[in-house]
Amino acid sequence: MSIETISLSGRKKEVSNKKMNFWESIYLVAIVKGLLITIKHLFTRKVTIKYPEQVRPMSPVYRGQHMLMRDEEGRERCTACGLCALSCPAEAITMKAEERKPDEKHLYREEKYASIYEINMLRCIFCGLCEEACPKQAIYLTTSKKIVKANYERDEFIYGKDKLVMPLEQALNNTKLKTAN
Amino acid sequence: MDSTIIIEKGVFIVIIFAITMLMAMYSTLAERKIAAWLQDRIGPNRAGKGGVLQPLADGLKLFSKEEFLPNTPNKFLFVVGPAISMSVALMTSAVIPWGDKLHLFGRDIVLQATDIDVAILYVFGVLSVGVYGIMIGGWASNNKFSLMSAMRAASQMISYEIAMGLSIIALLMMEGTLSLREISANQSGMHWNVFYQPLGFIIFLVCSFAETNRTPFDLAECEAELIGGYHTEYSSMRMGFYLFAEYASMFISSTILAVLYFGGYNYPGMEWAVENWGVNPANIIGIVVLFIKISFFIFFFMWVRWTIPRFRYDQLMRLGWKALIPLAIANIIVTAVVMLLVQ
Repeated sequence: MSIETISLSGRKKEVSNKKMNFWESIYLVAIVKGLLITIKHLFTRKVTIKYPEQVRPMSPVYRGQHMLMRDEEGRERCTACGLCALSCPAEAITMKAEERKPDEKHLYREEKYASIYEINMLRCIFCGLCEEACPKQAIYLTTSKKIVKANYERDEFIYGKDKLVMPLEQALNNTKLKTAN
Repeated sequence: MDSTIIIEKGVFIVIIFAITMLMAMYSTLAERKIAAWLQDRIGPNRAGKGGVLQPLADGLKLFSKEEFLPNTPNKFLFVVGPAISMSVALMTSAVIPWGDKLHLFGRDIVLQATDIDVAILYVFGVLSVGVYGIMIGGWASNNKFSLMSAMRAASQMISYEIAMGLSIIALLMMEGTLSLREISANQSGMHWNVFYQPLGFIIFLVCSFAETNRTPFDLAECEAELIGGYHTEYSSMRMGFYLFAEYASMFISSTILAVLYFGGYNYPGMEWAVENWGVNPANIIGIVVLFIKISFFIFFFMWVRWTIPRFRYDQLMRLGWKALIPLAIANIIVTAVVMLLVQ
């Protein structure tokens, strides 16, 4: 077998450059064949997803926008240890720690908390290493089920605690569900 | 001439005009929808339910664009070009028989703007003027790409007019008349001309693609080589007129195809319907049938557009001069021989 005739995929087709006869040169048969192919597509299922109304199902391990979790009593879990920032390969996380006041016991679980916690969503590569590093199970990328929204301003992509911390109602709701089970 | 007939014809012409405009308007939507469906997409569906208001949105957008006039010595021609294209596309509808007749207000109303006995010559004459719309637009743009595009369009339309005219001669030999009304009436029952003139029909079909500048013969519009085509310099509603004229002429071409070869307003069992249901219901069904045939041909134009890539210029000329014209002449000879043998 010569090298020209080998076909690994079995679909190799020799291109011929032979002269067309009169009936081929008016293209009628070829056109009818083409028309039959296209009319079949008129009746096939459309692949478009009507986006705002219809959303593609997300994988359970999809890593989207981060969420800072609260515990069963609705207190923030984060203790501002800085391990997430340390583990972050993109250096997207910054935080500032603060000591908890005696009257803030219902807000923060540990004696130290993050007064400022910012993630730069333009730097973040959504690798999930912060989630793995966290000793307090405070940061998760999978639970928000959110895609980071587009914006016109670069500053808007630095997400503070207002956008990252889990809403209080959601935390209380989760607790209610857990106790009911 | 009594004045009622002037009113009658006036109202009829306005209705025809409105219907042509409406069909052309919704052809633009149909084109986008069919394009989408043939490519497994959904198509425009945001303006109105299922996108029914999309043509209005497109029109509004075109109206709100800046009306740009290039620095050309032919400002008058620049304005006249799209107007010629549009009026030529609309003028042809004057001789189309849209139905047999209706009996209203105690008189017979013939469903045709005018029944001239050289209707086919009139149609061909008016269609030939369509070249001027494109040629004048391309010339007055003062832009070499527009001019080249207009040249292409003109040579293409003139070449295919010959084959179109020859293909129709065989039909006229059989019919013995140039009046579209008589040709429609001769096809009553299932005596549609397409069964007697299949080759003539195919040649006529191919040529009407070329005459309306539709794919695969849309060489006049070519982004890669000619920027936009003959309407590169046009904007706003002048551009809209060119685009709209294409759809209007597509509608008229479909109508002529339906009338000449697919029996016009005739449908099987029409005589029976006239006897049993009366003149008016039977003829209203006839009008509906004609519009179904027209819609099919409009769909066919779009279907072909999204199937076949465009021809190269030399292929286009070879097909026109070396394939279609000899075939049309052969068709005439064969028809003549068969007619002699049958007599």
